[in-house]
Amino acid sequence: MKIVIVDESPIRAAILEEGLRDAGFMSVERLSDMNNLLMRIQAIDPEVILIDLENPSRDTLEQMFQVSRAVRRPVAMFVDQSDAASIRASIDAGVSAYIVDGLKKERVKSILDLCISRFNAFSRLQNELERAKTDLEDRKTLDRAKGILMKSKGLTEDEAYRLMRGAAMRENKKIADIAHAVLTAAELLK
Amino acid sequence: MTGARNKLRIGFIPLVDAATLVVAVDKGFARAEGLDVELVREVSWSNVRDKLNVGVFDAAHLLAPVAIASSLGLGHIKVPIVAPFNLAMNGNAITVSLPLYAQLRDVADGDLADPSTSAQALAEIVRLRGKSGAEPLTFGMTFPFSTHNYQLRYWMAAGGIDPDEDVRLVVLPPPYMMQSLSNGQVDGFCVGAPWNSLAVNASVGRILHFGVDIFPRAPEKLLALQESLAQKEPGMVAALTRAHAKAANFVGLSSNHEEVAAILARPDRVGVDANVILRTLGGRLRVASEGAERECSNYLLFGQNGAGRPDPRHAAWLYAQMLRWGQARHAPGFLAAAMHTYRPDLYDAAMQGDAMPAPAGEAIAAFTGPVFDDRDPVGYLKAFAIGCKYA
Repeated sequence: MKIVIVDESPIRAAILEEGLRDAGFMSVERLSDMNNLLMRIQAIDPEVILIDLENPSRDTLEQMFQVSRAVRRPVAMFVDQSDAASIRASIDAGVSAYIVDGLKKERVKSILDLCISRFNAFSRLQNELERAKTDLEDRKTLDRAKGILMKSKGLTEDEAYRLMRGAAMRENKKIADIAHAVLTAAELLK
Repeated sequence: MTGARNKLRIGFIPLVDAATLVVAVDKGFARAEGLDVELVREVSWSNVRDKLNVGVFDAAHLLAPVAIASSLGLGHIKVPIVAPFNLAMNGNAITVSLPLYAQLRDVADGDLADPSTSAQALAEIVRLRGKSGAEPLTFGMTFPFSTHNYQLRYWMAAGGIDPDEDVRLVVLPPPYMMQSLSNGQVDGFCVGAPWNSLAVNASVGRILHFGVDIFPRAPEKLLALQESLAQKEPGMVAALTRAHAKAANFVGLSSNHEEVAAILARPDRVGVDANVILRTLGGRLRVASEGAERECSNYLLFGQNGAGRPDPRHAAWLYAQMLRWGQARHAPGFLAAAMHTYRPDLYDAAMQGDAMPAPAGEAIAAFTGPVFDDRDPVGYLKAFAIGCKYA
């Protein structure tokens, strides 16, 4: 079975392709350039097309399938409305699938499930990266704020930390926000 | 609004005709009705439709024909959609590349501002290209189920062009229109504001017609919800409709246009230059880069002063366009189901006491061809030689 992945994120497309290959789908092509989408899809002649929902070219793809005489007409997944949960899951994950009519439903279902889990894994990965970045930033801020308090009030590192934690609890804020406030105040008092 | 649900997520596409929705939320009209609305900017109409259909969005700024197609189950999963408020009428324009404009001027027999003349000129160019074996002309539009698609087709067919045989019509995301025109992938397009103006400002195209030149009053965008949600939460729908009616009156006042333009210009809303938006709101558009300006008071209409009351005849007319171009086959119950998408009763229920007198039903017609009769869409289509595959 030939599968095309249309995704502007090369990393996510690679993760998905790897998953599909592991599951035994060997004929997978990735398209990231939106120019001449129809001609390229026509040349590949896939049975399944997967596209990410952040991609504005999704509308272009839908119309191509409606009017094109050149491409075998893929239709949106589950037009027979038998599986609302799957549609919801794929939209939540951020992926949409178009399939050539007449394809066995169980086979397509396994592909879509794989897509959903890989897309979700990718966004988890992104979130973790984002969080790690924020954590690192917060720690840097905290260290600098501690340094300022230690110097200006003659505190130990532990005391400086406890002072900020106390303020955070009283004001119902995150300790990183208090640290930010300390840095801002120090900047203004310079 | 005691006991009713008040948190909503509403999807929109970054276009000036989303102004009423954006102002309803950002100017606090929705909050004043007790609603807590999260606006979500989307990149494609397919996404808006799908997210509305599975309930990721509670409501959406939606192409009117998409709402009807969804209610009828055309080309996609069938989910009954209703509209308690008409967000915008008109607002589109047809822009052509500078080389195509020059050719049109060369072959035109009369004034190109007249759509009959321009359509005949276009037909002549199509014939010449056909004879010389050149590639057919390509026009961009935003979605198969869109007024843009019907405007282009109606105009071309009036000149004798069969839009399915003689030219290529392709869907392009609006942000890609300008680039596609400048690199020659398309020769022209029909799109909403602000995208025509941006192409003119960049000197890659010229506005040939405003949408109103083709259809003086064309349905365009709806505030759309799933019918099942409207049944479950009538209080919420009424509050949302009232917020929109107030926002539309605000948007409609020219003294507010600067503020509205500033709100829409924000990067998480439409995200383009406030001046371009301001011109659009006032219906003053530059049609050519050298500065020729055209003013048109009904270029883009919001639902102020009662115009937000959905008119089911518009749905019937859109359904007739779908029949004409083979997107639907006429079937018993389809006309009624299409008209049921437009819900003046929901509007009236929301506006009790506040309602402006409903505007007199103006005739629905185009620059040429018969006046539309919503009791007999199939009969109306008999007047057209081109199209009408499944009527």
